[in-house]
Amino acid sequence: MTQGKVKGIISNLVTVQVDGPVAQNEIAYITVGGKTRLMAEVIKVTGENVYVQVFESTRGLKVGDTVEFTGHMLEVTLGPGLLSRNYDGLQNDLDKLTGVFLKRGEYNFPLDKEKLWKFEPIAKVGDKVEAAAWLGEVDENHQPHKIMVPFVFEGTYTVKSIVKAGEYRVEDQIAVLTDAEGNDHVVTMVQKWPVKKAILAYKSKPRPFKLLETGVRTIDTANPICEGGTGFIPGPFGTGKTVLQHAISKQAEADIVIIAACGERANEVVETFTEFPELEDPHTGRKLMERTIIIANTSNMPVASREASVYTSMTIAEYYRSMGLRVLLMADSTSRWAQALREMSNRMEELPGQDAFPMDLSAIIGAFYARAGYVYLNNGATGSVTFLGTVSPAGGNLKEPVTEGTKKVARCFYALEQARADRKRYPAVNPIDSYSKYIEYPEFEEYISKLIDDQWLGKVNDMKTYLQRGKDIQEQINILGDDGVPVDYHEEFWKAEVIDFVILQQDAFDKIDAVCPLERQRYMLDIVMDICRHDYDFDVFTEVSEYFKRVINLCKQMNYSEFHSKEFEDYKVKLDELLAEKQIAA
Amino acid sequence: MAKAFQKIYTQITAITKATCSLRAEGVGNDELATVNGKLAQVVKIMGDEITLQVFQGTEGIPTNAEVVFLGKAPSLKVSDQLAGRFFNAYGDPIDGGPAIEGKEIEIGGPSVNPVRRKQPSELIATGIAGIDLNNTLVSGQKIPFFADPDQPYNQVMANVALRAQVDKIILGGMGLTNDDYLYFKNVFANAGVLDRIVSFVNTTENPAVERLLIPDMALAAAEYFAVEKHQKVLVLLTDMTLYADALAIVSNRMDQIPSKDSMPGSLYSDLAKIYEKAVQFPEEAGGGSITIIAVTTLSGGDITHAIPDNTGYITEGQLYLRRDSDIGKVIVDPFRSLSRLKQLVAGKKTREDHPQVMNAAVRLYADAANAKTKQENGFDLTDYDERCLKFAKEYSNSILAIDVNINTVEMLDITWGLFAKYFKPEEVNIKQALIDKYWPKA
Repeated sequence: MTQGKVKGIISNLVTVQVDGPVAQNEIAYITVGGKTRLMAEVIKVTGENVYVQVFESTRGLKVGDTVEFTGHMLEVTLGPGLLSRNYDGLQNDLDKLTGVFLKRGEYNFPLDKEKLWKFEPIAKVGDKVEAAAWLGEVDENHQPHKIMVPFVFEGTYTVKSIVKAGEYRVEDQIAVLTDAEGNDHVVTMVQKWPVKKAILAYKSKPRPFKLLETGVRTIDTANPICEGGTGFIPGPFGTGKTVLQHAISKQAEADIVIIAACGERANEVVETFTEFPELEDPHTGRKLMERTIIIANTSNMPVASREASVYTSMTIAEYYRSMGLRVLLMADSTSRWAQALREMSNRMEELPGQDAFPMDLSAIIGAFYARAGYVYLNNGATGSVTFLGTVSPAGGNLKEPVTEGTKKVARCFYALEQARADRKRYPAVNPIDSYSKYIEYPEFEEYISKLIDDQWLGKVNDMKTYLQRGKDIQEQINILGDDGVPVDYHEEFWKAEVIDFVILQQDAFDKIDAVCPLERQRYMLDIVMDICRHDYDFDVFTEVSEYFKRVINLCKQMNYSEFHSKEFEDYKVKLDELLAEKQIAA
Repeated sequence: MAKAFQKIYTQITAITKATCSLRAEGVGNDELATVNGKLAQVVKIMGDEITLQVFQGTEGIPTNAEVVFLGKAPSLKVSDQLAGRFFNAYGDPIDGGPAIEGKEIEIGGPSVNPVRRKQPSELIATGIAGIDLNNTLVSGQKIPFFADPDQPYNQVMANVALRAQVDKIILGGMGLTNDDYLYFKNVFANAGVLDRIVSFVNTTENPAVERLLIPDMALAAAEYFAVEKHQKVLVLLTDMTLYADALAIVSNRMDQIPSKDSMPGSLYSDLAKIYEKAVQFPEEAGGGSITIIAVTTLSGGDITHAIPDNTGYITEGQLYLRRDSDIGKVIVDPFRSLSRLKQLVAGKKTREDHPQVMNAAVRLYADAANAKTKQENGFDLTDYDERCLKFAKEYSNSILAIDVNINTVEMLDITWGLFAKYFKPEEVNIKQALIDKYWPKA
């Protein structure tokens, strides 16, 4: 293997003089202080100078320190036992690290080598298989974890032997495959894959069309995201990005949830560590942690591995997708990843683009989002990686490079708005600026019509029209004054407020209101749209607000009550009585 | 300062306002050196060319200055002797007392493994209702005051520090005016708590670049007390804007490409490294904690500037101070202030009605703000508007003002009282069960 010596150091960018060939993105280890080995990645080569970004602090590193190149790119280890784990950006198992503080140069094997897995073969001797074909299956936290032909295998192989059903360790031999030239290859339950390459071992990738239920009304009802879809949540700090993301990761109807805490607060990850083992998955009743993998590279952890962390997460997501599972990947925040790119680009003295970000930022973001998707696997099964990223726009300004680069590629946009957050209207997703492109897909329309009913999308569109009209009228009232507009303007404005308070706002900290199943969303939207479609009998505008506040209050009490409980039905009766007081029969 | 057999270099090849370069060998990254006795740190190595950042600035440094490498990163001697003492940015005493004896630890040390942290869950009571009721603080939290330079943030911070039930208070003063430095010293001395306080101070009379060491010094001391002595430590950092300015000076001198607002591209990571030292340790690790309350001064209330903006993304909320002209007092602004950890204690460590009362009051306060806009634009106010305005004024005076000092039960009762005085139960949008229980009976 190629060796080298340290020649220059600026923070975590190290220049290395090498004695042989190196590849772009190759991994190297630098020995500091004679014993600690620091992982680094090649990011630029000029002549005999190789620039590497070190994934750890370079304190004490000296000119002349030795560097060993490994001949491979940054890889993740894939196999059963990834679920419920907490990894850092380089896939070190955080729970296996010793001591309270992170020690640099401490790396570990991400899986449990001793654990026995109950293996059931799927393939038979003589089967023709290719990369990602299912050889067998183990039960990983109640998920059918498929043992696959390693993704790096090219061409067609013949199964020469496969072990019987039984208990095996991850590194035990599971099968022997023979390639076209007649060479035998041993397969275990573990395989490796370079994180920066997409796993393409599937047949086709259609447009997403299946609703991914999140239990959040402002998403599912107003701007739904699909299985295999992409979305992003930009918002100034303090607008509830994290609370919204946590809500989605808790409630979404996915088999596997991967949370990439990329350059964000450690306490937020701790919240996940603490709560997920206790909380129940609303769909299966099992503990949330059983289906979750956390990749934690918090803001105080080394900057370079922040970039690695999003790729590590995506690769693990693609791995589970290849098993025919529905994976939800959430990255908070993609801006921190972009900033990590900026720091390196800056140290390498590249000519900067806008706001000193690298010129190819939007291409990098685009390529990353493209790895999500709903796929038909080679065996006809389906799987999906749904990707939701948050963006932390500098100064809350959506015209900055990361937001703009993301807007070009993500199909759902959930704009968090400072003004809504200030007024405590949570989730602070602006219903008018936000969008879901999937609503316009005919395949989605067909799907949702079957799932709910064929009136649904029409109602959702009507709802948006009421909201838009409410906003316009509010502006007019602000200009002309309460008594400067006709009374029915107030009525229209308050209908939009009913939609806002009852459908869009949702209390993430209330046990019942936090999760709103689709059936309940349909029920409440019907009630609210029925309220909106009626005319009311008011003489003066002051009556209007007072009346609708009572309407809102009753609807909110319904939101806080168990669906169809006695309490719920009682409020419904009161609501009907109240509506009957003022509604003009159609 | 040079010891025997230490190699002394005397050929400086380049000097800028904050850095100097020379040829030397066997030097480690981040290592300390002295340049004619002035402390400096290695920031760049290119072959045998070493660039040093000179903390005091390079005024008067000649090209033949004596450079000695110390073979270690910046460090602090820690022991119980730190308590009650005042130090400069290098950790040297400035109170005339003797040097500290103790274990020497590198400052700016490694991060806590996130899985070894505990979720913060202990309320820090300050008596200030604008904080305790609306933006409850939790031990292990990091939160700054966002304030214009003319606001009394240092006074509020001193009050919070004295009322909080903690074992140690560590003051990191960056670019403090001498007057403010003396203010802190007097307040702490008069309260008779000097033995709980450790101070690292860089005043405006000291060189700006020295400030870069202050947070790491303060936090190294904090980690000593929290990790080894299992204590609850509160760290006060004022003013982080001046810290960031010093970062910009250094990055500028090193010809780095500035990003937004002339700040270095690494500002987010630089600030995060400091703030993320805030931590709650689990019982197995002694149960100590580090809570950070900082000050970020704003320019004309602009929070889109890179310093407050990056800070806001790192810290767990922010507290805004604002002068309320209706009552003539400084209040904790309920709209822009936020404590992200409040839900960990509100309604759990405090009374069950806390979260809903807090939200309802702020919503009504927002309605009052709308009514005020209407009033200013010359429109007639409705009865509801009038009631909101009266509510807002009284709420501002008895809850939001920074001179309030009461416990959370009193805060809640006062707010219920105000609801009942001005509104009907259905106007406050609170769960019926809580209304039934807490709405004051006439």
